[in-house]
Amino acid sequence: MLLQLTSDQENFRETTARFLTGRVPIEQVRRLRDDPAGFDPEFWRQGAELGWTSLLVSEENGGGTISDSGLVDLTVLAHEFGVRAAPGPLVPTNVVAAALSGVGGPAHAAVLASVLAGETTASWAYGEAAPHDRLGDVQLEVRVEGGEVVLNGVKRPVESAAQAARLLVTGRAPEGLTQVLVPTDAPGVSVEPMRTVDLTRRFGVVRFDDVRLPLDAVVGEVGGAADQVERQLQLAIVIMNAEAIGAMQAAFEMTVQWSFDRYSFGRPLASYQELKHRFADMLSWLEASHAINDRAAAAVEARSPDAEELVSVAKAFIGTYGAELAQDCVQIHGGIGLTYEHDLHLFLRRVTVDRALYGTPAEHRQRITTVAEHLKETA
Amino acid sequence: MSADEREDVESFRQRARTWIRANLRALEPGEDIEPNLKPTNLTQEEELAVVTHERQLQRQLFDAGFAGLCFPTRYGGQGLTPDHQRAFNAEIGGYEYPARIQAPTFSPCASVLLEFGTEEQKLAHIPAILKGEEIWMQLLSEPSSGSDVAAALTSAVQEGDEWVLNGSKIWTTGAWWSDWGICLARTNWDVPKHRGLSVFILPIHQPGVAVHRIEMLNGLKEFCQEFLTDVRVPDSDRIGEVDAGWTVGTRWMFHERMLYNSPFITVSPGKTQGGGGVSMVDVAREAGRLDDSYVRDLVGEARMLELVGKALQRRVGEGIMTGKMVDQSAALGRLFAGASITRIATIAFDIAGATGAAWTGDEGAPADCGTTFLMRQASSIGGGTTEMARNVISERVLKMPREPSLDRDRAFRDVPRAGSTRS
Repeated sequence: MLLQLTSDQENFRETTARFLTGRVPIEQVRRLRDDPAGFDPEFWRQGAELGWTSLLVSEENGGGTISDSGLVDLTVLAHEFGVRAAPGPLVPTNVVAAALSGVGGPAHAAVLASVLAGETTASWAYGEAAPHDRLGDVQLEVRVEGGEVVLNGVKRPVESAAQAARLLVTGRAPEGLTQVLVPTDAPGVSVEPMRTVDLTRRFGVVRFDDVRLPLDAVVGEVGGAADQVERQLQLAIVIMNAEAIGAMQAAFEMTVQWSFDRYSFGRPLASYQELKHRFADMLSWLEASHAINDRAAAAVEARSPDAEELVSVAKAFIGTYGAELAQDCVQIHGGIGLTYEHDLHLFLRRVTVDRALYGTPAEHRQRITTVAEHLKETA
Repeated sequence: MSADEREDVESFRQRARTWIRANLRALEPGEDIEPNLKPTNLTQEEELAVVTHERQLQRQLFDAGFAGLCFPTRYGGQGLTPDHQRAFNAEIGGYEYPARIQAPTFSPCASVLLEFGTEEQKLAHIPAILKGEEIWMQLLSEPSSGSDVAAALTSAVQEGDEWVLNGSKIWTTGAWWSDWGICLARTNWDVPKHRGLSVFILPIHQPGVAVHRIEMLNGLKEFCQEFLTDVRVPDSDRIGEVDAGWTVGTRWMFHERMLYNSPFITVSPGKTQGGGGVSMVDVAREAGRLDDSYVRDLVGEARMLELVGKALQRRVGEGIMTGKMVDQSAALGRLFAGASITRIATIAFDIAGATGAAWTGDEGAPADCGTTFLMRQASSIGGGTTEMARNVISERVLKMPREPSLDRDRAFRDVPRAGSTRS
């Protein structure tokens, strides 16, 4: 998160922080473990009133930002979610809202309004099943037949798939990448709930078996979605990274406090140089994570040419070092850090899920190389 | 200069771009002018000619109003902001500029002068520095104390209006072609170590200062050791109060840790880290391994560390400038740079394969990777070790208990040293 927030951003952050602390304290997060949805729809609707769904939506479409950058505002919000391991479909809802606002047009205006109000949960169906589960591999088949669009294929993991009324599905038509907004109750759509390491996030496998929809279900142009899909990927990663950093921050602060409180051999843990040095490393990773994601957010907001590279750099770094930091926090806690009773695992879970979604660190490192190679060639 | 009178960053950027393109030489493809830890094939005369050329470039910048962007105008600077310096850095990429004389001359040396020097000292030296007439270096580390800088043994004894310095300093980059040095010396042996130090400035080339070039394991001879024998320094060349040298020294090392994030330093955005100035894409391509997925993973990791390091430096710089972070947070950037540059050197060596260990004369980028790997730890040692940075972060930023020490509360002359029997 930025070091310097504007006073409006600070108010916004504060309001959401207070709301989350009141509505989803840690005990509530633990209770939601057994909740099929993982979040209370009324909680989400009230969050939408606080601005959780509007930041990537243009004013003409009923959205609005706090500062001059809605994405940066959203990273402030996501950070507060991460610090509390808070529930709610923050990433998928905002990505779909951004897409509908950007290229959805009048055909999807009603759905967008409902998503904005927090009444409809929407999610992005992007990743696919093995062997097509590598970053960027899209095989779900989309074809246009007369006045209809037909979908066949499998998407997974789709966040909040069973809770979502609409899915923005990324598929491949003969003309190229194509996106379709699919009602989850359409004939041929089936959702199989998945298990996951997170307590409150829910994922599903979504199968599309000859799903037929009117042509105006297409979002943007048939075959012309490549840039929009890249944009959605960048947005999703920046928001998710910000949330992961919040979780890193919480785990780190909790462990620093532990190191002062816990005594071994008559000394606090914080007095051991071996541990002090590891805390120093962790703080450098934490601040570096803040720094690189803020750079990525600014680049994506500005649609600058280095956005793709910075987003992958941020994802590769935070994916790797976020998990390392959380695991080292477990190590420094000792056995208690591995128990369900302790809160540390709530944050470990977050950074673990975030590390694997939307491309692993290794996939993003390779993507960075592709960008660097391209820059070399064009230089 | 008030904010109203100051040129805005974008118009400054345009002006700088126009001037740079019209007046500075564009670099050849692959040409690298950044200082690195590689030996050159140049003779001493040729090396001195390079330094002379850099002095001229600096003078050119001065005459055009682009030297010392963040130095006050009364000392010949431009009175601009770090944002102006950043814009200038972005524009200088791909063009020749006096890269070798940026550090330590402009920071930490000129930064320390600016912060602690008397008005006379500042007027005497800062304009000369900005004109390229004075190149400075740091007489800080000693053979007997690397990380423990405050345990300096070089002594300064007052005789009338003068101080007489004796001792030895080491790891001074380019001392043999530099003009002035800033020197930490012991002025009081009867108080604890931090309270008996003072800081002086002195010309390098004078009787009593013997400069010896040290040969590093890769053949580099830029680091020097100086032997000071009865060097006389006027009291007017003392920086800060007598015995309060640690106050100066703390800020001195802060400026040093700011690395290339210092607003007083011009640095090209193309400065690559750790591979000895080579791009990992080039190493991989020339090694014929750019299509291997594990090599692409390594190339991506190196680039990641480089960009994250830059972002971190910038965040820490802003944090310190705005008071959101304590000064000692500069150690975060230093630690990250040390850890990542060593990692990048390993990556380059692994990508190069056996060519990194044995090569012929024409094998380009992969050929040097083995030698760079040998020097790998330099980035985690020079400018304060990463272990010291970790101490600073944990103790000064996170406020964890300090390491026990045997020297803190006793007169320095009674502190045990190697070869002494006192304890």
